Amino acid sequence: MATTMQEKDVRSRVLALLTEIAPDIDPATIDPKRELRDQVDFDSMDRLHFAVAISEAFHLDIPEQDYAQLGALQTACEYVQRRSGGS
Amino acid sequence: MPAAAIHKLTGSQHVAPYLSDYDAACRAFTWESARAQLAGLPGGGLNMGYEALDRQVAAGRGACVAARFIDRQWRHSDLTYADLLESCSRFGNLLQSLGVARGECVATLLGRSPELFTVVLGTVRAGRVCSSLFFAFGPEPLKTRLQLGRARVLVTSDELYRRKVAPIRAALPDLQHVLLVREANAGELPAGTADLAQLLGASGAQCAPAPTRDAEVALLHFTSGTTGKPKGVTLTHAAVIAQHATAKLVLDLHPQETYWCTADPGWVTGIAYGVIGPLTRGARMIIDREEFEPQRWYRILAEERVNVWYTAPTAIRMLMKAGTALARARSYPELRLMLSVGEPLNAEAVLWGTEVFGIPFHDTWWQTESGAIMIANFYACDVLPGAMGRAIPGVEIRVVRRGAGGRLEVIESPEEVGEIALRPGWPSMFSAYLGDEQRYRAAFIDGWYLAGDLARRDRAGYFWFVGRADDVIKSAGHLISPFEIESCLMSHAAVAQVGVIGVPDPIAGQAVKAFVELKDGVAQSEELRRSLMAHARRLLGAAVAPREIAFSAALPRTRSGKIMRRLLRARELGLPEGDLSTLEAGT
Repeated sequence: MATTMQEKDVRSRVLALLTEIAPDIDPATIDPKRELRDQVDFDSMDRLHFAVAISEAFHLDIPEQDYAQLGALQTACEYVQRRSGGS
Repeated sequence: MPAAAIHKLTGSQHVAPYLSDYDAACRAFTWESARAQLAGLPGGGLNMGYEALDRQVAAGRGACVAARFIDRQWRHSDLTYADLLESCSRFGNLLQSLGVARGECVATLLGRSPELFTVVLGTVRAGRVCSSLFFAFGPEPLKTRLQLGRARVLVTSDELYRRKVAPIRAALPDLQHVLLVREANAGELPAGTADLAQLLGASGAQCAPAPTRDAEVALLHFTSGTTGKPKGVTLTHAAVIAQHATAKLVLDLHPQETYWCTADPGWVTGIAYGVIGPLTRGARMIIDREEFEPQRWYRILAEERVNVWYTAPTAIRMLMKAGTALARARSYPELRLMLSVGEPLNAEAVLWGTEVFGIPFHDTWWQTESGAIMIANFYACDVLPGAMGRAIPGVEIRVVRRGAGGRLEVIESPEEVGEIALRPGWPSMFSAYLGDEQRYRAAFIDGWYLAGDLARRDRAGYFWFVGRADDVIKSAGHLISPFEIESCLMSHAAVAQVGVIGVPDPIAGQAVKAFVELKDGVAQSEELRRSLMAHARRLLGAAVAPREIAFSAALPRTRSGKIMRRLLRARELGLPEGDLSTLEAGT
């Protein structure tokens, strides 16, 4: 990859994917460290769609066993950065 | 071409099955003898909670584990039958001291937790009516259901109370007590609530079961219809007869076997086979407090040495998607029976079970109104992949068609499609649609209960699912009313008309899709679409709200103005449009 993805860039893109699936979520009220399902209405189909959306948007092949790492905003961003080769 | 039958070899099972010869079992079975297998109350009468707990403790199982809870951090906590009997006795005394009368409704909005067991079993044991609500519902569906059930007590958590109940509390005049299951760091109690643990601690540990009769209502479950409000389905204490009998004949549960039911307690399976039925069999239940996660599930099956597993097609399809390698990373020598319920299980999923676990998934069919499993592939009998199975002993089930003059005709020739009809008389048949006698009566025609599902019955008596006879949507095993979603979207200022249908989804079976016609002068935009989606999710909850919203210039409607969901579905899926004689021109 020519450029590594910036942390801020990843975060805003991940947030956009999240609010596309669950537009009822107000990003300002999200605690990035807490599991999403513990703080907002985000069910297992939402989680699946979120994983698929991340995989498509960032061109990542995300195995099912990694889905648990996408449960909180922060871990999801870290996962994307790690997998995309960013720092 | 249908997949070949999976034959079972007589005597090959790990344990001797309770039902080994289907025809002989059907001939020998009577509901009287099924009831006689339960204890009954000492002074006559029947009580679900008593059969699940007191009877087991009296049989010497007090110290046996009834339920093992596993939390997110993989911490285990066990409750014995004696523990549960004590907590349920305390809850019975608590209801008495709160002034909750016999027959009044106690609602729960809880995940799979020890408190759920205390409240459900404690309520029915005390002769009150328990209604367990789905925690993923948003405020609107909760309000409708709490109002319909006239719940006097609600047991929930701080988080769920704050997000979903506090905003609708003012609209619930019957709701006098909200009891919270508190987390360690929950802070101050919200106004108008009380601490469940504290109240239980202050209540006496001895409480006699209420002297309930067979026909007295024990449970209130909500299910969705095509039109109008959700249906409040009442089940009586006699339902325990069928739940016990099927936990024995279909789940083949032997005392102290390890059993795992993955259903949510907000739906009938989560109570009938996630609480009541298995306890009446003296089983040792595994309760996963977490949501679905493939690795976690395989770990539970393997490490907890699950013997009998009752799950759902959506979960099975998600496991299939996760790949066989993940499944094969562990072994499951104790797993002897896998069953599925919620929607028809496709043949591929049945066969995937055989490929990965060495045993097929056994599909079962029933519904809230039937109160117990009605059609099943049995443990010791041939499994036909893709078939729902055969009628359980004691229930006559046929497919019927509406003939001349609206009279029902039983379809005698095999393979012909008709509606599933059950001959009333089994003990777990629903006793009412709460407050809607007319709707209840309308469910019965010519001495049959009509289930609303279309199926064909083959020569051997196996039923094959064809589709719903109405517009109700089945998504991830949940029955969803298009009407409830349409009403919600109609409450948005930009919306003129809405039609909601189910569209095929590879994982959930069906996904909810809404077609929205905007008011004159309102322009379509991506922003508006998201605003509609947010509106629906906030009011209905993620599990019910549409996953997809499309704009439509003019929704197809009848000349009387009714949205033709059938036509929406046909157009969406490219199916024949059928009879268009009532279609309004230009729509």
